[in-house]
Amino acid sequence: MQELGSFLEVLISGLLAGVLYSLVALGFVLIFKASGVFNFAQGAMVLLAGLALVRALDFLTRLGFPGWLAIMLGFVFAALVMALCAFLVQRYVLGPLINQNALTMFMATIGATFVIEGVAQFVFGSEVYPLRLFPTDAWIAAEATFPGGILINKLDVWGGVIAGLLVIALALFFQYTKTGRALRAVADDHAAAQSVGIPIDWIWFVVWLVAGLVALVAAAIWGTKLGVQFSITFLALKALPVLIIGGFTSVPGAIIGGLIVGAGEKVAEVYLGPFIGGGIEYWFAYVLALAVLMVRPQGLYGEKIIERI
Amino acid sequence: MSVKAFKLALAAVGGLALSSPVVMAQGQNEQFIPLLSYRTGAYAVNGIPWANGVSDYFNLLNERDGGINGVKIAFEECETGYATDKGVECYERLKGKGATGAAFFNPLSTGITFALTEKTLADKIPIITMGYGRADSKNGAVFAWNFPFLGTYWSAADIAMQHVAKEMGGEDKLKGKKIALVFHDSPYGKEPIPTLQVLAKKYGFTLMELPVTHPGVEQKSTWLQIRQNRPDYVLLWGWGVMNGTSVKEAAAVAYPRDKVIGVWWSGAEPDVLPAGDQAIGYKALTLGQSGAGEFAVHAALKQHVYAKNKGIAKDDFAQVLYNRGMINAMLGVEGIRKAMTRYGNKPLTGEQIRWGLENLDLPAERIKELGFEGMLTPVKITCNDHEGARSARVQQWDGKQWKMISDMYTARQEYTEPLVKEISSKYAEEKKITARDCSKPE
Amino acid sequence: MGQFKTSYAKDMVIFPIRQDRIGVYLLLGFALVLLPLMMAFHVPPFRTDYFLLAILLPFLILSLAAIGVNILVGYCGQISLGSGAFMAIGAYMAYKFGTGISEIGLPPLPIVFAILLGGLSAAFFGVLFGLPSLRIKGLYLAVATLAAQFFFDWVFLRVKWFTNYAPSGSVSAPELKFFGYLVATPVEKYMVALIFVIVFALIAKNLVRGNIGRQWMAIRDMDIAAELMGIRPLVAKLSAFAVSSFIIGVAGALWAFLRLGTWEPLAFDINRSLELLFMVIIGGLGSILGSFLGAAFILIVPIFLTVLPAELGIPITTGTVSHLQNVIFGGMICCILIKEPLGFARLWQIGKEKLRMWPFPY
Repeated sequence: MQELGSFLEVLISGLLAGVLYSLVALGFVLIFKASGVFNFAQGAMVLLAGLALVRALDFLTRLGFPGWLAIMLGFVFAALVMALCAFLVQRYVLGPLINQNALTMFMATIGATFVIEGVAQFVFGSEVYPLRLFPTDAWIAAEATFPGGILINKLDVWGGVIAGLLVIALALFFQYTKTGRALRAVADDHAAAQSVGIPIDWIWFVVWLVAGLVALVAAAIWGTKLGVQFSITFLALKALPVLIIGGFTSVPGAIIGGLIVGAGEKVAEVYLGPFIGGGIEYWFAYVLALAVLMVRPQGLYGEKIIERI
Repeated sequence: MSVKAFKLALAAVGGLALSSPVVMAQGQNEQFIPLLSYRTGAYAVNGIPWANGVSDYFNLLNERDGGINGVKIAFEECETGYATDKGVECYERLKGKGATGAAFFNPLSTGITFALTEKTLADKIPIITMGYGRADSKNGAVFAWNFPFLGTYWSAADIAMQHVAKEMGGEDKLKGKKIALVFHDSPYGKEPIPTLQVLAKKYGFTLMELPVTHPGVEQKSTWLQIRQNRPDYVLLWGWGVMNGTSVKEAAAVAYPRDKVIGVWWSGAEPDVLPAGDQAIGYKALTLGQSGAGEFAVHAALKQHVYAKNKGIAKDDFAQVLYNRGMINAMLGVEGIRKAMTRYGNKPLTGEQIRWGLENLDLPAERIKELGFEGMLTPVKITCNDHEGARSARVQQWDGKQWKMISDMYTARQEYTEPLVKEISSKYAEEKKITARDCSKPE
Repeated sequence: MGQFKTSYAKDMVIFPIRQDRIGVYLLLGFALVLLPLMMAFHVPPFRTDYFLLAILLPFLILSLAAIGVNILVGYCGQISLGSGAFMAIGAYMAYKFGTGISEIGLPPLPIVFAILLGGLSAAFFGVLFGLPSLRIKGLYLAVATLAAQFFFDWVFLRVKWFTNYAPSGSVSAPELKFFGYLVATPVEKYMVALIFVIVFALIAKNLVRGNIGRQWMAIRDMDIAAELMGIRPLVAKLSAFAVSSFIIGVAGALWAFLRLGTWEPLAFDINRSLELLFMVIIGGLGSILGSFLGAAFILIVPIFLTVLPAELGIPITTGTVSHLQNVIFGGMICCILIKEPLGFARLWQIGKEKLRMWPFPY
């Protein structure tokens, strides 16, 4: 019973950790879906959103605003920052690269990553800023069945709930709004979408804005977990295998991919790690992703790529 | 990009080539001290207060005393980002600067220390690694240029275990117990392992080694393993974001924080503040006599530096790492002062300063004179002992500040010394260094 | 007048323009003879070994690595974010060969062989991690190469065999004896790096203008079309991975032995990979010359940013400099991709085109 309890505990916390990766991965999927751009800058955007949020919060609290108002205004400020970021990226990086191939755009976003990281830390500082929006303690569940019970972190559960809500909202947005449908058209073919009169500049701005807002949500949760600081950008690297497994274009795929990666790496670390030296979760997700790619090059939920000359 | 812009870039490059010799010519009566620091990247949270402390102390000496015995201090920071190769680059950039070259290096990174150890030997520049660096470099006979002042990781490991034994009620109680080491997976984190293994064998406890990969944001499975195996104590050897994350994850798996003991690099304010109330009860070693707090030297700083708006610290003023940076700077400066008694009051070379550092002797009165009373214990460096002092206390975070909860422990050399001898002589053999004969005065 | 080609042999020479040829000879003469002499006599800017150790040596080695990356990314179009890992393989395997592998009774090998074997090991793993490229491409491949990066970071940290069981996990280079000659001074290190760079740059230049290079470029431009034309993607892609990883591995060994001396896996982390990619993009995709230009740019900007404000007396913290540097690099990448996707090398080429017609441009 003890072993089963431990295993369940590792599995559950892995799944929940995976959802938190999915939150970051969602931003990637959104932008890829709508513009065919693989946005390496998503991690930097999480950092920017987090810094803007936490610095505004600190500032407002020092001015004596009540907690809830400060939080609301903080979110509004951070959202405005993300809107500005989306505008600038669209106007000066991606706009001029319209109709270029995917690799060029990918490399451009690597450039954007460095600019965003530099500017964010230059403006908001590079120290660690504590953020406390969600409870971070734990429940002990099913104590009667398993000795010691199963430990579930409240923050992870919050993350899961928020990720679920986000996915539903995004699905509705893509399916039922005019902008959402236009987004999907643009994703299929820039030139074709332009030719039927879809204002591509506007669409890209919207999609970067939405990705920025998703980054803000991720920043709120990850900032509570780690404190807002530069290391938060490393999450982008954690989210990449999630994408590979889930497929670049699928919102549910990002969630499923996150669950697989989270559960896989925790179980591997706890049960395999001690035998081969520990710390394997550092690469486990990537090797898993590589294995998935060998079988299904487009990921679990990705659309099959058909190439023509 | 236009051809014109390219020409501009070329002109800029040309300008650089012209400007670099100019830089080297400046400051004929100044002692140049390089400051390798990191204010960006994953470890900036810890690097900033430390660098602020060093820099403020140099400014204090320049503002108050006009430098060291009338020789002004010229110092330049170089950003390493805690990366070894950038550290080497900074070293190459700064080693020849100033009238007499760099006085000494203090990179605040064990990895960079490893990389610089050979280079400083060839260039004859001392390297001060206060509370970090190679533990075997305590043996000055082999490591003539390395100065791991105030404590090596092997001393730290022994002191941490002494405290664990004391809390358990005696060394015999360690038998059959389980101690986990959660460490940063780098030369830094791996350094304490040999000592802990020696102690484990001696006292009969089992050592669980749990590596955390750089930068340390993901530790959930590490702490799940701790929850399952329930070690009696957890020793934490982290840096940067890893520290705060460890404390939070400990709370998340409901591991009692007062059973977690951090090394002196895991016991500063940025490590516990992000965790809020969850960090209450967490313990860590101090390096020397105290951690945070204001002492006589801080009053001098306020009067001579901050009143003139030349200080650079903000909230970090008088915090643990800030104070440590100051002590670090002070020990280096006192080494220079000592060297000046022999070579005269002028900018000195690294080789001359090395003599000063090796003969550094700071009794309690001198420490008081310098305004550091209560911050560190007397230090006496000899050729055989480049560590100089090896005592520490344990402090505990109460939610607002670090509180001292123990007396001074002194590391037991009977456990560390055989390791020092063994590993340093292995190094000497590998690098074909003949150990100096320390009985002969220089 | 202009210069005209009257035979096939003339059409196929490595530097078709006379001025170019002369320029290259001059540059080689300068680098091989004049520079060492200047250093020997401490002529400015060689008053100290700063210029040599902090600029020239890393420039040469990183240029070599950038050539390796350029073969894969620029010539064959297979984007890689794992170059750092292959540098690490080169460094650690060269270290193992250089210190002897007692398990199989291998004595310490001469350093040149150790370095080349380090490169070969990197080539082997390059091919292994290149295998997915046969099935996946583009962005997916980029992420797959990250697997190599993270996996090898871990391997060299955790597998003690690679570090000869050093307790700290950090290793230092064996004695640098090249054919019985001990390399210790900065000038000697510079010469060793220079010789390696010249040899490999020539090999690379000849490879890319030969049959195999054309295959790589065909694959890059459109792989399906290339396949239909009879180019075997298996051979072309894997050979690109092998050659590229080999050169990167040699550069990694040189970086570890000549530049760092003592190192740990963190010296070859993802930032190194990104930096190499930047060099290639800024310098010029698909250009050997571009690799040199890119490496020079990436190395010089941070130094420039540190020196310039100090010269002008503007107080600026190292943190700010570092952020500024990020912004400039990032900005440059975007700028180059938008305005001149072929980088600095293309600008140089435009100049050359004009030379070709000199003195009468059309």
